[in-house]
Parts: sequence; C-alpha cells; structure tokens
Amino acid sequence: MLKNLIAGLAGLLFPLWAVAQEAAEKSMDERISEAIAPIINPFVAFIFSPLPGSEALLGTAFPWIVLWLVVAATVFTLYFGFIQFRGFGHSVALVRGAYFDPKDAGEVTPFQALATALSGTVGLGNIAGVGVAVYLGGPGATFWMILAGLLGMAAKFTECILGVHYRNEYPDGTVSGGPMYYLSKGLAERGMAGFGKALAVFFAICCIGGALGGGNMFQANQSAHQIASIFPFFADKGWIFGVIMAVIVGLVIIGGIKSIARVTEKIVPFMAAIYVGSALLIILLNIDGIGAAFNAIIDGAFSPTAVAGGAVGALIQGFKRAAFSNEAGIGSASIAHSAVQTKHPATEGYVALLEPFIDTVVICTMTSLVIIITGSWVPDSGVTGIALTAQAFSSNWGGFNYVLAVAAVLFAFSTMISWSYYGLKAWTYLFGEGAFKEVIFKFIFCLFVIIGASMGLGPVIDFSDAMIFAMGIFNVIGLYLLMPKVKELLRDYQSRLASGEFPRMK
Amino acid sequence: MALCYVVAVDGSDGGIKAAKYALEKATQASAELKIIHVLQWSPYSFLTPEELAERHKRRGEELQRAQTAICQPLVRALGNTSVPISTEVRYGNISEVITKFCAEVKAAEVFVGRHGGSHLATRMFGSVPGTLIQISDIPVTVVP
Repeated sequence: MLKNLIAGLAGLLFPLWAVAQEAAEKSMDERISEAIAPIINPFVAFIFSPLPGSEALLGTAFPWIVLWLVVAATVFTLYFGFIQFRGFGHSVALVRGAYFDPKDAGEVTPFQALATALSGTVGLGNIAGVGVAVYLGGPGATFWMILAGLLGMAAKFTECILGVHYRNEYPDGTVSGGPMYYLSKGLAERGMAGFGKALAVFFAICCIGGALGGGNMFQANQSAHQIASIFPFFADKGWIFGVIMAVIVGLVIIGGIKSIARVTEKIVPFMAAIYVGSALLIILLNIDGIGAAFNAIIDGAFSPTAVAGGAVGALIQGFKRAAFSNEAGIGSASIAHSAVQTKHPATEGYVALLEPFIDTVVICTMTSLVIIITGSWVPDSGVTGIALTAQAFSSNWGGFNYVLAVAAVLFAFSTMISWSYYGLKAWTYLFGEGAFKEVIFKFIFCLFVIIGASMGLGPVIDFSDAMIFAMGIFNVIGLYLLMPKVKELLRDYQSRLASGEFPRMK
Repeated sequence: MALCYVVAVDGSDGGIKAAKYALEKATQASAELKIIHVLQWSPYSFLTPEELAERHKRRGEELQRAQTAICQPLVRALGNTSVPISTEVRYGNISEVITKFCAEVKAAEVFVGRHGGSHLATRMFGSVPGTLIQISDIPVTVVP
C-alpha cells in the first residue's frame, strides 16, 4: 500500500522533474518564478497599496491592509474592555482543564484545540518572518510586533467565539466551523444573508490562496533555504527539496498516512521548547547586552536612524510580521478551534486569546531578542529572513544552526499540514464535499510545495502575505458586524459562570 | 448497602480470567460486580486539525466498540449468575480512572488481570496492575 502510494506520487511528480532535466538546472527555479510572477503581481500590488498620501505625509508607504488589521484589533480590545488582560487568568485556568468536566473525557480538550491551532501559527513566521521584520524595520519593529500581538489577542477572541457558536454539527458527529460559516449564518441572522454569503465565498477563495501561499509556499521556500545553507547541494536546486517535501506532505494528506503527521506533531512541541530554550540560552550568554537590546528596541520604535521610513517603517514591519505570524483577524485559527467540546462558545474565545500571546509576544520576541543581542542586525547587509536568524543563533555556537534547520523543517511541515486542512475546508465550502474534489485540492497543494521551494524569497513572501491578509479583509468586516453578538454571548457566559453553572472541577 | 467488587478489563484473555475469578468471589460474598474498561486517553495528546474535527464522532464509535467488542462478550462469557453485573467504559489514565471509579462506587476490592503491555513498555512506564497496587485505596487482587 505504502509502496504503491509512493510510486504513484512519484509518478505524478515525475513530469516536473523531467522538465527540469531538460532545462539547465539553475534556470528551473528562475523559470518557475518568472512564470508565476505576472499572475500574482497585480494582486500583491493591490493588497499592499499604500494609503493615499501616506508617502508624502509619513515619508514611507503605509499599506492600508496593515492599518485595517491593527485598527480592528484595537476596536475589539476597546469593545471588550481589554479582555486579553482581564481574562488572561481565566484563559489559563481553562487550558489547564480547571473547568473541563471529567464526564467529557475523550472529547477535544481546550488544551488540544489550542495546541493544534498553535502548530498552525507557530511556523516559519516566528523564525524567518521576524528576521525580515528586524532587517527591514530595525530593532524597533520588535516593540510594534509585541503591541500588535497583544492587541491581536482580542481579535482572536472574537473570531473563535463566533467559530464555535456558528459551527455546523453533522449527524455523524463531525463538525465544520470557521469564518465561512459565521459569515454566512451569522449575517443571515442579522438580515444580511446575501452579503454574508458573498463575504463567506470571498473569504473561502482567499483562504485557499492563503493555504497555498503563507501556509505552504512560504514554508517550503524558507525551509528549503535553511536546508540549502547546511547542504550546499540544494542551493540551486530548491525544487529537489520541494519534490521531497511534496511527497511527504502528499503521503500524509492524500495517502492518509497519519503516523507521519502524528510523529511530527509530537516532535513539534518539543522543538518549540528547544527553540525557545536555545533562544533563552543565547540571551543568557549575552546577558551583558540585554539593557542595550531593550534600549535599541524602545529607541528604534520611536526614533530609529538606520531604517527606511523611520519610526513608521519600524511600525509597519512590526505590525505586518505580527499579523502574518499570529494570524489574528485573519480567521484561520477559528477553523481549528471550532471542533472543541465546550458547554459555551465563550470559553473558546478565552482559550484562543492565548495564541497570539504565545506565538508573538513570547516566541517572536525571543527570535528578535536573539538577533538584536548578538548584534547580527546590519542594515542594508542583505542578510534577511531565516538567514539573519540563523546567523544570530550560530554566532555563539555553530551547532545552533542545525537545531534551527531541524526546527525550521518541522515547523514548516506542521504548518503545512494545518493549512492543508484550512484550505480544504474552504475548498469543500465552495465546491462541496466529495473524495475526488478533495484529492484535487490536495494534489494542487503538493504542487505548490514544489513551486514555493523553487522561487526566490521576494515573490513568495509577497504572495503569501497578500493572500493571508486578503482573508482578513472579509473576515474583519464580518467581525465588526457580529461583535454585538459576541458581546451578548460573553455576557451570557459571564453571568452563568458567576451563578456557578460552570463549576471549577479542580 | 450491598458489597461491591470492581474488575478492570482490557479485552485480553487475562481480563476474562480476572472477571471470572472476581465473579466467583462476588458470588461467595453475595456482592455485586462492576466491570470497567478504560480507554487510554490524555487531555494533552496532540491531534491534527482533521482529528480534532472528527474527535466527537470517533469518541462515540470508540465507546460503542468497547461495549460491543469487550464488555458485552465478557458478560456473556460469565454466563448465568445471581450476581448483579454492570459495565462501564471510561476515558483517561487507566490506573487513575480505575481508582477513581472504585471510590465512586465505594468498592470493597478491585480485581485485575496480570498481563499488560509488552516488556519494554512495562519497564519504561510501569504496568497497569503495578501502578494500581501503588495508588489504590482498596485491596487489589491481581489474577495471574
């Protein structure tokens, strides 16, 4: 069975390899980049078009989409009265299982939903994305990244409550949830059925794009770069790494070889711990520089010197990376969180708000502190993305480079698996369920792994950003319209919690 | 209140043997017999998004299977008896759930088969009877 599957997948992917044999190998990567660029460039240009007049006023282009997400996160923060700080303790209690009824043992626990959603967001954004942000925005980008992470907690809170409240529960016991469902069902309740349906469809289209972009190509691209830095053999042959990765991903999502996914998913939390541990170790080794690093972060946030666009440049980079990394307001996590077993949708909001905190406020900050404290950031040096992070990690001990490479590949893999599911859910929302339709999407997904690993960083990162951010356009419109509903659910939960209806179990 | 014995079974022959032995003792003591089967489960294990979505459905299937494939055949194997027999299927850490269940039903004694997992696994994580002996609040009878 396994052998047939590998043979089958290899057979499907072989034509690409054969084409590559004909062309000179180096131009294979270039050709794929060139073929894709004209299709994606206009779209990318639209998503990141600057606010009118921002260039003249601020001295740098301020993409409207970044403002869109940050304003949304700020609105939710104010509307729910700083729920991310007031509710933090309750969130931790929920994840610890303090309110989990032992009778529900065997169901999805809050911890499991959080861990799965995190494995989708903790990815290369935390390693490579932060490298890009610090390179372009300077140390000050860290400050804005943390701020965006804290604000994003309220956005995540809002979308995950809606995800659970409006999910579909089928007679066989499976569930489907996420923005597609709350946009269409939630807005229908408010007498905007047609508008809700349209938002849901646009969201689903962008979700498929986001799954192929940020959830796939960006991951494949950056892990290919990291592997190439250790095995120079892959340097000009990103597509070979892509084919290998595509076959493994295909085995899991098409072949249903769950054991591979399960093994990886078990290693990923350890990897995350090792990554954060390594970062802490490097910070400890350079503890003398910690004061200077924080100074650089604060100074850079408000009055940077070596950054294009000054403070606003740092802010844009920080906000962009935070949004791309923790996906608050994007709607993706709501798909994973919708499956949880809970007596009230509000609990899932509390659980989900920890996600941007762990992802951005803790893990991204670690990466950026390591880059700053080791003095690896050199403006205009050309060392950016994962290469910058790798340089920072290996400045004290070369071995960290290997830890980073393994972490990168595993994070990339688990993120791809999560996103293949998010993309699939959007796909089936648009085209209906059915084994054949699902396989088509999964095959396209594998193909994009190869494309992603072959392209230069520029086109890949632009496309992944654009698609992920585009999801946020439609999702946030829905969130604004549905936030009174969330407040209603929250009030209901709080009064029932106070009345002792949801007792503490331990 | 009637005397209550608990027997923990895992679907193996050792479990059947333990249940038969427990029934014999229950008959002698005119106690009731509660059979418990625990499905190993951790609230912290990792699931893929797909597994997450199917969990509720799978749980129902697993409980169903445990009843039809393990509990019901066992009750049939025990045959006609005057002892009241009931079955229970739960999720969790096996030894802990058995101990908790015994406390809930105020059991006087718990019976368990000796055979557990493989030798390597036993060495690394301990066996269910081994752990049960250490944490149980009531006498444990391990049936070889």
